Amino acid sequence: MTGTGDNRARLLALYTTMCRIRAFEETALAAHKAGEIPGPLHVSIGQEGVAAGLCLNLRLDDRITSNHRGHGHALAKGAGVAGMMEELFGRAGGHCRGKGGSMHIADFSVGMLGANGVVAGGIPIAVGAAQGLKLLGSDAIVACFFGDGAINRGPFLEGLNWAALYRLPVLFVCEDNGVAAFTATASVTAGPGVAARAASLGVPGVTVDGNDAAAVDAAASRLVAEIRAGSGPQLLHATTYRLTGHTSTDPAAWRLAADVEAARAAEPIGRLRDRLLAEGIAAAELDGIRGEALAEMSAARAAALTAPWPDPAVAWEDVQDCGAMQGAD
Amino acid sequence: MAEITLVEAARRAALQEMRRDPSIWVLGEDVARGGLFGQYRGFLEEFGESRIVSTPISESVIMGAGLGAALVGTRPIIEMRIFDFVMCAMDELVNQVAKVRYMFGGQAKPAVVIRMPHGIWRNSAAQHSQMLESWFTHIPGLVVVVPSTPADTAGLLVTALRSDDPVLFFDPKNLFPLTGEVPEVIAPIPFGQARHARRGDDLTIVTWSAIVPQVEEAAGMLAARGIAADVLDLRTLWPWDEAAVVASVARTGRLLVVHEAVTTGGFGAEVVARVIERLGTAQVKAVARLGQPRVPVPFAPPLEDALKVDTAKVVAAAEALMRS
Ligand SMILES: Cc1ncc(C[n+]2csc(CCOP(=O)(O)OP(=O)(O)O)c2C)c(N)n1
Repeated sequence: MTGTGDNRARLLALYTTMCRIRAFEETALAAHKAGEIPGPLHVSIGQEGVAAGLCLNLRLDDRITSNHRGHGHALAKGAGVAGMMEELFGRAGGHCRGKGGSMHIADFSVGMLGANGVVAGGIPIAVGAAQGLKLLGSDAIVACFFGDGAINRGPFLEGLNWAALYRLPVLFVCEDNGVAAFTATASVTAGPGVAARAASLGVPGVTVDGNDAAAVDAAASRLVAEIRAGSGPQLLHATTYRLTGHTSTDPAAWRLAADVEAARAAEPIGRLRDRLLAEGIAAAELDGIRGEALAEMSAARAAALTAPWPDPAVAWEDVQDCGAMQGAD
Repeated sequence: MAEITLVEAARRAALQEMRRDPSIWVLGEDVARGGLFGQYRGFLEEFGESRIVSTPISESVIMGAGLGAALVGTRPIIEMRIFDFVMCAMDELVNQVAKVRYMFGGQAKPAVVIRMPHGIWRNSAAQHSQMLESWFTHIPGLVVVVPSTPADTAGLLVTALRSDDPVLFFDPKNLFPLTGEVPEVIAPIPFGQARHARRGDDLTIVTWSAIVPQVEEAAGMLAARGIAADVLDLRTLWPWDEAAVVASVARTGRLLVVHEAVTTGGFGAEVVARVIERLGTAQVKAVARLGQPRVPVPFAPPLEDALKVDTAKVVAAAEALMRS
């Protein structure tokens, strides 16, 4: 970030990524309601600032691990939209050939090592990927996304201790939307919070307003550079808000209407839009970005709907090399 | 050929492969000190701290980090110290290691070898003596290896370290001192091929892992009593050598499966069921399984002895099968 022009370009890049994530999620929600997408669907509407701000600072060969709410992380890391949408639809052209679905999206070609259906499941994998990269002499780093609910599971303790011990190039990203499924995380979490827990394990933690994509970008830019230079692991605690329910079918009716209204006013896309307008970017340009994103995702939905299903034979593939057929009958 | 112990055979196999392939590394508790049983003695000196990583007592991450490191192209040996501790890493093993290749449509290559010394050993009681290998044969994605001789341990470990599949390697810890001939250059032994330990036409005995020497001893005693047993040491449970077992039972008409694990739900049930599915009931005169009763392994030596499979029980089971 040197001159104003560069800064604007960066803000526009953030805005574009956030609009694409929002459009993907809205499109997926609509498709799920229409019965086009089977299975559980967790969307990240309202949380786009974290994925966008963080991944803008990653290289193609950097890796990420994600959780059950992982569409935004994958998109921001560069995963192909067609392959993602088809995966949600369970079609042959999905990144996982229709064998993973929303909860198991992965795109290894862009360093996206997988969403995860198990809360905190990505933490040990991220730590090991970093250890492997270090062994291979790479200077790539790993960003590990997880929710505030994950910090009460054992792998959080084990993983942070481990990463600190071996000074591994991992950026732990706690996307704190304040809830874990239908429970306010604060009501089940003792102590002074995730950054303090991390610090107690030798992993420095900073807290950032995750709905301010530019702030996430600035923090991530510093942390990624430090980690790549050998600082060892660090943690970014990004506060945000999940504007929709836990899954696509959850109305989240238990939340106070006033809280939801306040959160809507603070959501990240509108905030960045206001800032860009204040910097002199024309509303039409911003509308255009949003419109393009919606068109891109609608087209992906239409394509996925008519894309071929996987051949049933695919169900037998990629189990294992040795011994796959013995139990296959 | 040198006469060496089983644990030394395992050590040499890993040494040979780590010298061949710099992407192989070891992680687990105390491995830099040579491992609990000396399986990695001298490795730290030769390969250094980056490839011989003594870890915290963090089984979830030992397993999960091994997987993560495999996903970026290395080949970890994940040392579980004692089998029973893998229960602390079940999510990482069952939901992650075994699933990533399939769930991600073939993008992931979870090339890990998970070593888990198992079985009854020195009166270690219920949490350090289990044989739960049948659990893992039930999980698609995993290879299950259960050697019983020094040569097989070495050859199968070499195969495991060259495999792209996640391999569960059940070191038979009670047999670590057992000696046998192992070649200087250890060749891989294919998975899914039984070792024909003894030939006979009267009954087929299928077995694996730590109980094998006692089964072989029992077969010798049976021979002296005029009963010729055909003994197959499966060596791997997934895949397993169905063809060899079926061919043998087709000849003998009688099948006894002996394993150290609890009989109920043990892999012996699968072996018996498969053989009957293949041969039909007409060709199979009698079947039996010999394992532990369904109780935890107790501590006191007389209690442990009362429950565990031994040579005399194998002889008695075989003789009973011949009468039926
Ligand atoms: C180990 C485990 N326990 C429970 C669940 C069920 N579950 C799925 S998501 C979720 C809440 C997770 O909360 P958080 O990590 O904060 O992520 P968020 O849903 O808020 O994005 C729960 C309990 C699970 N998937 N894995």
